[in-house]
Amino acid sequence: MAFGQSRIARLVLPVSSRDHTQGPADAPATLVEYGDYQCPYCGAAHGIVKAVQARLGHRMRFAFRHFPLAEIHLYAPLAAEAAEAAGAQGKFWPMHDTLFENQHALDDASLVTYARHVGLDVSQFVSDLADHTWAPRVREDFMSGVRSGVNGTPTFFINGIRHDGPWDADTLIEALVAAAAVHA
Amino acid sequence: MQPLPAGTKAPDFALNSTPDQKVNLSDFRGNPVILAFYPADWSPVCGDQMTLYNEVLPEFRKHHAALCGISVDGVWCHGAFAANRRLHFPLLADFEPKGAVAKTYGAYRAKEGVAERALFVIDGDGIIRWSYLSPIGVNPGADGILEALESLSAAPRPA
Repeated sequence: MAFGQSRIARLVLPVSSRDHTQGPADAPATLVEYGDYQCPYCGAAHGIVKAVQARLGHRMRFAFRHFPLAEIHLYAPLAAEAAEAAGAQGKFWPMHDTLFENQHALDDASLVTYARHVGLDVSQFVSDLADHTWAPRVREDFMSGVRSGVNGTPTFFINGIRHDGPWDADTLIEALVAAAAVHA
Repeated sequence: MQPLPAGTKAPDFALNSTPDQKVNLSDFRGNPVILAFYPADWSPVCGDQMTLYNEVLPEFRKHHAALCGISVDGVWCHGAFAANRRLHFPLLADFEPKGAVAKTYGAYRAKEGVAERALFVIDGDGIIRWSYLSPIGVNPGADGILEALESLSAAPRPA
């Protein structure tokens, strides 16, 4: 073991069909975010990721995985399950956007309101949340993050390597373009 | 300063976790213990190392491992921080003489007067089995600790 050197943190669970993704599967750059719907920094990152996607278009793919910090963000675990329950009905991304746009109101009643708003089968949604049907999936995301060196929220990976340091839009775009060039 | 390497006997210590409770390293004999030295309480919340470890605590416990955070902050500061972040493990105050325990582990930054971000996994016999010094600005995450605990669980204990 070498001391005082950075461990290179790598994504141990590659992006696959299990993931919620936007952009082409063969894009030269893949951005993975581990995030928490109640985390204010992730709320800020939500808009930044959208700006990055708008700039790079089909040159990138984006995947979002759950990393709820349950002890400090009491509503985050169920919000993550709500996104998965929506995903099971083909509406992951509309729910994902709605949750980040309404970070201040993630209580049970609000989640049901959002489910109705994005056009879900609400009784199925409520039963999924009551049974915690998607909790194992959220846990799987969380543990994949722990094993990959996720160290807070949000944590980004670009082509499988943890992105340390600033994550403003320009920095992320530059890093994605650089990763795409290596990939090509 | 280099952190004590694997194979070294972990220096014993007695540090306050609260105003009237002390924690001795030897209290943990028989089970693994993780020592996480860190610079200071109250770093920004969502990227905080102790907050992360608090979430991963059930995984550490699968290996019967205890976790202690150690910084030069005092017990009252630790108490407020632990309550605010709802931490379920002790924070030890390496407060007086300041940083004395961090120094014995090779995990003190004299210039800034704070502990390094240094991790130690100590086995049930009190021997350091893994150590890691992270760049001070980089929260090292929990993956290295889990790997070290797994190799401890996998390796037969010497007779």
